[in-house]
Amino acid sequence: MRYEAVIGLEVHAQLVTKTKMFCSCSAAYADAPPNSTVCPICLGMPGTLPVANKRAIDFTIMTGLALGCTIPEWAKFDRKNYPYPDLMKGYQISQYDAPLCINGALTISLPDGTRRRIGITRVHLEEDTARLLHRVDASGEAHSLIDVNRAGTPLMEIVSEPDLRTPEEAKLYLQKLRRILRYLGVSSGNMEEGSFRCDANISLRPVGETAFGAKVEIKNMNSFASVERALEYEIARQTDLLERGERIPQETRGWVEDKGYTVGQRSKEHAHDYRYFPEPDLPPVVIDRAWVERLRAQMPELPDEKEQRYRTVLGLSDYDAKQLVADRRTAEYFEQALAASSAGNGRAKALANWIINDVNSVLNARGIEIDAFPVRPEGLNELLDLVDSGALSVKIARDVFARMVETGRSATAIVEEQGLRQISDDTIVLQAIDAAMAENPKAVEDFRAGKTAALDFLFGKVMKATRGKANPQLTRRLLSEKLGSS
Amino acid sequence: MDLYDLTIAEASARLARRELSAVELTQAHLDRIATVDGHVRAFVTVTPEVALEAAAAADRRLAVGERGPLLGVPMALKDVISTRGIRTTCSSKMLEHFIPIYDATVVTKLYAAGAVLLGKTNMDEFAMGSSCENSAFFPTHNPWDLDRVPGGSSGGSAAAVAAGEAIYTLGSDTGGSIRQPASLCGVVGLKPTYGRVSRFGLVAFASSLDQIGPFTRTVEDAAIVLEAIAGRDPNDSTSADVPVPNFRAALGGDLRGLRLGVPKEYFVRGMQPGVDAALRAAIRELEALGATVDWDVSLPHTEYALAVYYLVAPSEASANLARYDGVKYGFSAEAPTMWEEMERTRGLGFGPEVKRRIMLGTYALSAGYYDAYYLKAQKVRTLIKRDFDEAFARYDALVAPTSPTVAFRLGEKLDDPLQMYLSDVCTLPINIAGVCGLSVPAGLSDGLPVGLQIIGKPFDEATILRIGHAYQQATHWHTLRPALARA
Repeated sequence: MRYEAVIGLEVHAQLVTKTKMFCSCSAAYADAPPNSTVCPICLGMPGTLPVANKRAIDFTIMTGLALGCTIPEWAKFDRKNYPYPDLMKGYQISQYDAPLCINGALTISLPDGTRRRIGITRVHLEEDTARLLHRVDASGEAHSLIDVNRAGTPLMEIVSEPDLRTPEEAKLYLQKLRRILRYLGVSSGNMEEGSFRCDANISLRPVGETAFGAKVEIKNMNSFASVERALEYEIARQTDLLERGERIPQETRGWVEDKGYTVGQRSKEHAHDYRYFPEPDLPPVVIDRAWVERLRAQMPELPDEKEQRYRTVLGLSDYDAKQLVADRRTAEYFEQALAASSAGNGRAKALANWIINDVNSVLNARGIEIDAFPVRPEGLNELLDLVDSGALSVKIARDVFARMVETGRSATAIVEEQGLRQISDDTIVLQAIDAAMAENPKAVEDFRAGKTAALDFLFGKVMKATRGKANPQLTRRLLSEKLGSS
Repeated sequence: MDLYDLTIAEASARLARRELSAVELTQAHLDRIATVDGHVRAFVTVTPEVALEAAAAADRRLAVGERGPLLGVPMALKDVISTRGIRTTCSSKMLEHFIPIYDATVVTKLYAAGAVLLGKTNMDEFAMGSSCENSAFFPTHNPWDLDRVPGGSSGGSAAAVAAGEAIYTLGSDTGGSIRQPASLCGVVGLKPTYGRVSRFGLVAFASSLDQIGPFTRTVEDAAIVLEAIAGRDPNDSTSADVPVPNFRAALGGDLRGLRLGVPKEYFVRGMQPGVDAALRAAIRELEALGATVDWDVSLPHTEYALAVYYLVAPSEASANLARYDGVKYGFSAEAPTMWEEMERTRGLGFGPEVKRRIMLGTYALSAGYYDAYYLKAQKVRTLIKRDFDEAFARYDALVAPTSPTVAFRLGEKLDDPLQMYLSDVCTLPINIAGVCGLSVPAGLSDGLPVGLQIIGKPFDEATILRIGHAYQQATHWHTLRPALARA
């Protein structure tokens, strides 16, 4: 029997607000010493009360709008009760049955061009927990330490419908979701650092069946690759169980990255009863339409719209458009370079090529982001100005580009300093042609005997003699004329 | 008159005239505490150094001409209100040695007004109880009869004012915890409208019901304290953005034109005849002062208030008290594993009533029971609220008993939680509806104080204070003092 996987994802994204979700402590805890960005409120001291961070609510609504969600007229916070030492109040303020965003969708494009609409059940807001660190001291005694810095930082949860069918779709969904969050500027989306976390629900069912099988939740995946691998593993494991006629228990399993398998953590019987109830310390959030429209107006162009504009307005290929929008900062780089272009949108294709090929290969080689790339968009544009004006051949432009990356100096400065400006002067080029013909009479004879390849040989000699600076189009034209006339 | 018999209005007038220093006044109260508190046991912690230092600071402010009704006036706080650097126990073993790192908003406001903190008063553990006997440390005794309870949960705050150990105190009222002990101790107790006073720094029992309010000897004093502590607080999202009137200025005048209703459901079965008689006399006095009284008003959902309260309050408490796990602060029991440590900490750190309510609340919120208990209670809560809305469309205020009985004997109801719960039957609905209520001394029954409860519209404390003040102008009940040893 053939089985199909039914997959739904729950993503937790940290929001990049200045302050925490319910107090005015800094939310930027990454580089702070342990327990330094804390106050009585996020420490959960007796008598403290939460005050909701408006910006975090803004960010969540913007995310909902980007995912085509309905933004209800009102939402509320709830208490999710469970005991754990990383939970300072003994409950987490979250949202249960009245979240900020509901009923959206994300459309992913599969490599074969198929588009799949993945439903978004909800987007809601909650607070993160403290971090527990387990350490053994010099005497061998084990300690569990609590760093409260992360406690109370805003966390947005995005829950998909069980619409994904393959690990690859799951990966594409996550990539696209992260891209949207980055475009919105609401989350850094860094999975390794834990600012973008994913849990997966997966069940198997015979192909053609519409009922769901027993659901297994997978946790502890900390990269897109591990999500894909964990789901692949889980499909294989569950398929094997089903084929042996065994029942799949509903449970939570943890992905063990270095071993490449999942292990059972908690069965359904031991599932928490979170005893959600409305948070009495926070009034419901009334979301008037003017607020929603104000946020909608603030939203940047999103990747799908951008990609379409690149294709239709700028005339870029599907491939180029996709490559450029894949990363928000790359698209920004491209658009800044284009804005500086004297050739207007006519330079879009050339800029796209340079960024996709030349810039990206340097980024990959150096392992840096485009923000840190030494050649700024205006500088790249200046280099292309030199090419278009005929001052540089594309070949020499590549050398100049390499020097720019190395030295951080401008294209013009490098060209002037090294005398790399292309030779477009007929007389100089003709001198070089004459010299090449004089030194290679055999090639001239061969050409005249009909061996056209001899022209390329002579062309190479001219270019070598001018150290590549001779304008190639001019050289080729003059060389043909010369060989044909005498 | 002894200095410890002064009201806020009297004391601040004398301080303003510089006939009396804040240090003298404070010392008189510290002496009074030393004399009587061994019997009354109103205080969990007395803070003489803090008090005398604050008094000296107040004297300096007075010396440079600064004036204010609370400047240099000694007071005490229920031990559920967070005070930076001063132990705040909630009368629980769990927080016996807990020293907060921040001040509650009301404390910040009172300090700014020049208040002098004498100490922290005893209470039922985590404000759960009606007799002060649930204190993990010791029960407080009623100054009118030391064999009787002062009421609860703010029993220490009520007894301290009644015994002359503080000119005023703050308490908290979740289901009657200010008004019921005020009634039993013969003092004035005010539960403001929910949202009137910031809860920031009030250790939470039931967040949607808790409210801080004053205990005083006169209604005028209650108006003074309320004005000082009321107002919107950016640290409390449930505090209301409603202007704070000059409550003291609103006092005065007779009650002509005021329409009062007497909800018949509050004259419950089991009400003591002496209490009933005193109340009817008090209400007739209000009539004599010019108010129109309708003696036959119905708040039909009153009978469900107790059930609603004992679902909503414990549910919220079950979450509010989850933070006490011995990991971060407070009492911590040793055990082999983390989970055992947390369990043992809670098992040993909480008293039986607290555990009972945590279990009640946990049960009411559990999967499969939530709809039948918590959700249903919330729906009935709406109906109880509607009763008040409808009554307030016709009446300016409602008048009723605060407690169906006078102070009962220590130990009398301790083994019968349901009987204990019933002592709040007249005060619970006010918290459930979120309106305001004032208890004023209205006579004696068998030599023990009886309280008249005046219930007002949301954010209309001015009216109930005006009624209470007019009543005190016409009666002498608030001037009676228990026959405790004179210092």
